[in-house]
Amino acid sequence: MDRVDRRGFLECMAWAGSALVWTSAGGVLSSRTVQQVEAADSPAAGFSFVQISDTHIGFKGQANGDAAATLRELIDRVNALRPAPAFVIHTGDQTHGQKPGAFDTVAELLKGVRTERVVYVPGEHDVFLDGGKEYLARYGKGTVGERGWQSFDYRGTHFVGLVNVLKYKGEGIGALGQDQIEWLEKDLAPLTSSTPVVVFAHIPLWAVYPQWGWVTEDGERALASLKRFGSVTVLNGHIHQVMTKVEGNVRFHTAMSTAFPQPAPGAAPAPGPMKIPEADARRMIGVAEVTFVPGGQPLAIVDSVLG
Amino acid sequence: MKTVAFAVLGLALVVASAAHALGSSAAGVEIKEFTFAPAALEIRQGTTVTWTNHDEETHTITSTTGAFGSGGLGNDETFAQTFSRRGTYEYFCALHPRMRATVVVK
Repeated sequence: MDRVDRRGFLECMAWAGSALVWTSAGGVLSSRTVQQVEAADSPAAGFSFVQISDTHIGFKGQANGDAAATLRELIDRVNALRPAPAFVIHTGDQTHGQKPGAFDTVAELLKGVRTERVVYVPGEHDVFLDGGKEYLARYGKGTVGERGWQSFDYRGTHFVGLVNVLKYKGEGIGALGQDQIEWLEKDLAPLTSSTPVVVFAHIPLWAVYPQWGWVTEDGERALASLKRFGSVTVLNGHIHQVMTKVEGNVRFHTAMSTAFPQPAPGAAPAPGPMKIPEADARRMIGVAEVTFVPGGQPLAIVDSVLG
Repeated sequence: MKTVAFAVLGLALVVASAAHALGSSAAGVEIKEFTFAPAALEIRQGTTVTWTNHDEETHTITSTTGAFGSGGLGNDETFAQTFSRRGTYEYFCALHPRMRATVVVK
């Protein structure tokens, strides 16, 4: 059922779109490109969802003169998926520096996605000006204590959305905080270890590159409570590039931005938008589509780009 | 007259010997590659400091005590703050808290 073989995987890399489809069936996450999903039969007993990250609406720079336009293009691609993704996860930095009107633009554009719902977690760009007031007024409803974090189940998979940008101070690293970690432990407690778990948050929960603040200071504590599960997938954004790591039963994956790429860790004096021509940047921005397929194959991660 | 002349001379000496903008009524801090430069700015009372963000990434000038704050500064945007009281003012970027610097008002 999983149609991603090595050749298919490589073909995906060249796909002129930016979505990665995750499919779940039998509890194992797998992923295919949008093209492959379009060509595939309906994933029996499985489902897919799309991860969109770092839309940075309001950003204007050398790499992208119109972040709304690239998001719009991407949404068109997602809407061509058959079957449609069950839902969309936005892993934060909807806005670039909380530019006025940017939340509205994102909401308006994402209304155009053919899917059941859009689930959000905030990025630091969404909350730094007002401590999350506007973000939580929009997206806090239905989350734990209206503080932005949440969990839900979808066809046997447990999804957890965490907030690691609201204690974004001190040494410049993300943090979950004691309250959220305690909630997470309680949230996971009733689940059997065979329940597939997907955790998503803006800043990577693992130490991607602490020198640039690409780490969640108490992420290890959250990960400790996930160790007993047979299938854990951690989806993050923030670093505007794909990085993956497998540690035991936990697969980490970071998504591209839909707006602009950032340099590889240590490849530049500082993080931040790469100053490259738009045509080159289009090959470094995209989204992720996640597909669960039955059969117990290991998670395959495929990321495809816009141009 | 003589006293005034000496006062002016004294001030000129201070300007000549102090680092950065001490003695002038305007000073600048450049933000580039996630760094405030100079990291420690010395000014005299009443000086207006203007920060300019040369990065494409948004930055802020946020006082650690809440004494002043810029909000988000986009590419090529500036923020100005006049310091009328002596003291050491620490500030950071709220989006990238590793970016830290100080203004010393003498």
